Amino acid sequence: MGPLVPEVIGNELNFIVALFIGIAFGFILEQAGFSTSKKLVGLFYGYDFTVLRVFFTAGVTAMIGVIALDHWGLLDMSLVYVNPTFLWSAIVGGLIMGLGFVVGGFCPGTSVCAAAIGKIDAMIFIGGSFLGVMIFAEGYPLFEHLYMSDAWGNVKVFESLGMSQSLFAFLLTVIAVGAFWATTFVEKKVNGELNPEFNHKKLYYSLTAIAVVIAISAFALPDRKENLLNKVNDEKFITSNEVKLMTTDELAFRIIDDDKNIQIFDLRAKKDFDSLNLPKSNNYTLESLFEKDANKLLSLKNKKNVFIADDEQTARKGAVLALKLGFTDIYVLQGGMEQFKKDIIYFKIPGIANTQSEKDTYRFRTKASNVIPMLIQENKEKHKSSGENKTKRVVGGC
Amino acid sequence: MNEKKFMNPYLAGFFLGLILLATIYITGRGLGASGAVKSVYTVVVESVFPGYTSNALYYQEYGKEHPGNPLKNWLVFEVIGVIIGAFISGLISNRLKLILEHSPKSTVKVRIAGALIGGLLFGFGAQLGRGCTSGAALSGMAVLSTGGLITMAAIFGGAYLFAYFFRKMWI
Repeated sequence: MGPLVPEVIGNELNFIVALFIGIAFGFILEQAGFSTSKKLVGLFYGYDFTVLRVFFTAGVTAMIGVIALDHWGLLDMSLVYVNPTFLWSAIVGGLIMGLGFVVGGFCPGTSVCAAAIGKIDAMIFIGGSFLGVMIFAEGYPLFEHLYMSDAWGNVKVFESLGMSQSLFAFLLTVIAVGAFWATTFVEKKVNGELNPEFNHKKLYYSLTAIAVVIAISAFALPDRKENLLNKVNDEKFITSNEVKLMTTDELAFRIIDDDKNIQIFDLRAKKDFDSLNLPKSNNYTLESLFEKDANKLLSLKNKKNVFIADDEQTARKGAVLALKLGFTDIYVLQGGMEQFKKDIIYFKIPGIANTQSEKDTYRFRTKASNVIPMLIQENKEKHKSSGENKTKRVVGGC
Repeated sequence: MNEKKFMNPYLAGFFLGLILLATIYITGRGLGASGAVKSVYTVVVESVFPGYTSNALYYQEYGKEHPGNPLKNWLVFEVIGVIIGAFISGLISNRLKLILEHSPKSTVKVRIAGALIGGLLFGFGAQLGRGCTSGAALSGMAVLSTGGLITMAAIFGGAYLFAYFFRKMWI
């Protein structure tokens, strides 16, 4: 499950990855013609819409790709950097950049690309951008207010607009295709002839067809996450799925035995978890089971994954969800945490044991009721010293 | 040999989109460019005026977000890659030429002034807007960031707004 950094690809190797990504990025920018200011500003005077075509195609491709990877559970979006929104700095900064674009004929990425093939004007542009950074850095106290005002956090645009992700993505794709179509007429009017690049019609049609198929399949499919969450909240669905149960005694035994092969997924509220949590347990919600942290643990081999919650029914939801996500060795704590507290942690002998097995059970539970609270306390102290170990969102952006 | 033709824009865009998608999948972040200028600038300031950067507010905030040597930054490596990649592309397409390009209707002086001032504005705007066309607009669009899309609209909207006044420089 992505992102691959930092587990699969270490932080040091990531720099090498950056180099190679940069090579690919620079190569494509140059091949697309972004190394000449004439082609870049053509967008603003109507004689060459290459920038719009490349930019929108790239944006839509990546957007659909990201949605698809998220949809199929291959990318944990909660770990992906989403540029934070600061309303006024985005607008004012953007307008200044727009002015810089028509005056300078480049943007930072394209200027680097153009300078690399020997464009002196691009080198001057880069020099200018150093000055721009300098003015911002030295005058920062002056701009700080504007820079920090109206912070909305890492919001996503469809949330801001109050629509679904699929609808927004669909609308953006339609706008992009509409713009591709409309700008050919503008180009024709301004240049007096059809852009000769428009001769490879077959290629366009096939690429468009592929894009449409991908787009439709991505948008037509109901959101997998929502779909699964709805399903597991339906009691009928839960009862129709068999899950293996683990008794409170077995769980207690495994905890006392310091069984390295069990992992406990605690679905209780965070506050309940914080006040009392079992060793080898982590706190999750049904939502966070989709994320990379849970994913990493659940995909470990030869582990027994025990789902616990206040009651058995809630734990079943998590267990069925994990099964539907393709994980195995899933167990549910029989009777839930309430039962576990009654049977083990706060165990009181209910009366005289009649049979041998009852006697054994009572003996075990009495012992467990002494040992487990100690283990819980130990675990709490260990956790305190090690701190939280949650995977963090990367810091990206310019 | 003549310069080769540019790549079909839709094909180039498709490849660029795949590169961006791979970047997000592998690293969890998008592409960028202007951030590298900031890193290099910070290093230059620190080496010319040692100790200065640890006092000014701007550098302190930068240091909080990017611990360690500013040059050991993802975007710095990426931009070095961009230089290499663009050079290779220029080499195989016969476009390597040291030239100051300007519109036939305009002069060298105007182009130099325009590039310098334009670069300055873009550099400043990218700091204020937290990213440029790559880091904010393109990468922001891929992850549907509200801020990224607002910045994108403002960049292109602004460019259209001001284009008329600078038409003599280009057409």
